[in-house]
Amino acid sequence: MTITRKPDLESTLRRRLADKPLLLMTHLVVGYPSLDDNWAMLEAMDSAGVDLVELQMPFSEPIADGPSFVKANHDAIQAGTAWQTYFDLAARAAERFSFEIVFMGYYNAVFRMGAERFCTNLAEAGMRGFILADLPPEEAAELNALARGHRLDPILIMTPTNSPERLAEIARQASGFVYCAARKGVTGRKTDLSDGVPAFMERCRKATSLPLGLGFGIRTADDVRELRGMADIAIIGTAGLHAWQERGADGYREYLKSLVAETI
Amino acid sequence: MTMPTERSPETREREGYYGEFGGSFTPEVLHETLAELRAAFDDARRDPAFWNSYVEMMASYAGRPTPVTYCDNLTRTFGGARIYVKREDLNHTGAHKANNVMGQGLLVKRMGKKRVIAETGAGQHGVATATMAARLGLACTIYMGEEDIARQHPNVFWMRQLGAEVVAVTEGTRTLKDAVNACLRDWAESMDDTHYVLGTACGPHPFPQMVTYFQSIIGYEARKQMLEVAGRLPRRVFACVGGGSNAAGIFSGFLDDPSVELVGVEAGGKGIDTGRHAARLAGGKGRVGVAQGYKTVFLQNEEGLMQDTYSVAAGLDYIGVSPILADLHQKGRVRFEAATDAEVVEALRLTIRSEGIIPALESAHAFAGAFREAASLSSDDAILINQSGRGDKDIFTVADALDDDDWKDFIRRKSAGYER
Repeated sequence: MTITRKPDLESTLRRRLADKPLLLMTHLVVGYPSLDDNWAMLEAMDSAGVDLVELQMPFSEPIADGPSFVKANHDAIQAGTAWQTYFDLAARAAERFSFEIVFMGYYNAVFRMGAERFCTNLAEAGMRGFILADLPPEEAAELNALARGHRLDPILIMTPTNSPERLAEIARQASGFVYCAARKGVTGRKTDLSDGVPAFMERCRKATSLPLGLGFGIRTADDVRELRGMADIAIIGTAGLHAWQERGADGYREYLKSLVAETI
Repeated sequence: MTMPTERSPETREREGYYGEFGGSFTPEVLHETLAELRAAFDDARRDPAFWNSYVEMMASYAGRPTPVTYCDNLTRTFGGARIYVKREDLNHTGAHKANNVMGQGLLVKRMGKKRVIAETGAGQHGVATATMAARLGLACTIYMGEEDIARQHPNVFWMRQLGAEVVAVTEGTRTLKDAVNACLRDWAESMDDTHYVLGTACGPHPFPQMVTYFQSIIGYEARKQMLEVAGRLPRRVFACVGGGSNAAGIFSGFLDDPSVELVGVEAGGKGIDTGRHAARLAGGKGRVGVAQGYKTVFLQNEEGLMQDTYSVAAGLDYIGVSPILADLHQKGRVRFEAATDAEVVEALRLTIRSEGIIPALESAHAFAGAFREAASLSSDDAILINQSGRGDKDIFTVADALDDDDWKDFIRRKSAGYER
């Protein structure tokens, strides 16, 4: 049997970026509203042409999330979403769909699993990297080194409050791409994209040559269009969940298509 | 009173760590805010004028130093060690909570911030924070679990009278841990003009260190007072442990006295075997993990999801414990025990009847732990109990815990009087 090694995440993204100016990353909380719904959401993401998907592992204390995702986390836990459930879904999705998949969650899961087992699980499921909302770079050196051995990329977060020195420190640890949070606060609230965001993105560009994703408060096709030239990846979180809840499966697919249309 | 000195440096492998516990695990957006707080706190604690202004404020506003009271009737009841009580119940707002809150208030003024936020479980820390905000002229928002608001309405009443906005937290278990999460989320947005007055010796660095620093006033007073009142150091010091701030505070006065055994008493609830408790260290049910910004021993399942905790005392009903105490436990310097609700209610009744002292249900855990051991010590030994708060202001919960029929009749009559 021959194993064809995938190129690394950054190269994969660059290749996609050669064909269009902006990529789209969408998100779901595994186990919410249900695993069946998750699968239907993933099918819609794939058929719409989404480039990257964050699969969030539910945690009981999601301190970086706003009300919609807090509820999603807690309900998914109530429904009994376990590590195995999570990795089973991730592996099925990686096998079936053409988008790239990254882990999103909180550090306690990694700490309890053990860094080695965490990386093995991600790699075996065909995932490409991870976003840990509460793991600062100074605590991540060992995990990140281990991850690279598994060809996984630690995706770090840059925020508008960070000093240039801190952005440089984050850049030293990051690979794959960087997640830029467009504003202060938690997920799920609207962002005024004219308000200091372009200047913030320039600071991030100065700090790193990696592709830049921009998330937090990106909701509409208009928002996505505004990111062209400013970011490499538009990141849709809470708005995607709301579209699923308010518009149903067909409406959700249309919504995703309208977003993807602005990236071409 | 002299400034507290730093703990022995060899125990600090990394900044903000206590052995393997502590650290700072927050969303990146809070990084600079915590750095600013660390700098402000470091600057303040190196300034003798700051500590003096804190002690002065606590003397003129909060009634410090609180006394150590010898309890002869309790001593004779058990016939062993002489029992002394450190009276944090006599501190303004009725608990040790005011020490930390007023100290952080002075720091807020130094930093020039205009608004404070705080979590509260039973409401004590919320009332103390609202009091400090009123006194220092700061805007104040208190996050409190919906469940706790229903249980502790008198404290909600006082917070609002003091001018605070009280926000009901409707997520998760709707208790203390969810109120902490709500504060961290508010702070991630509001940090430019807002300080988060964390109520216990938990959370990201520098909170465990800073809260213990302010609460160490208890231990420094108590050590001196024991030498004066009892003529000796205590053989054992007992303190209840929720998040652990009153325990960290009183223990810090005796850490360098190897003859003094330090005992933390956690909430045994309905019994550790029932699963309905909040004992992280005693009984060995806790596991090391990272949540709410710090690494410590949490009550969580194998996959790192936090579990529901339970105690008759809302102030002890919490998933984590101070990283400073988790480390002292691991190093064998602090012994941990648990007291059940039933033992606590018994200890509360006995203390009220014997000494005319009314401990809070939280503090009554320390009494229950001490009563278990008093008889086995000699009359040459002294033991010291930290009465972290007073119980009379929590009349609704204490009356419920004591299951008092006369009180229930009164409430029914009172309620009927409000019916239209």
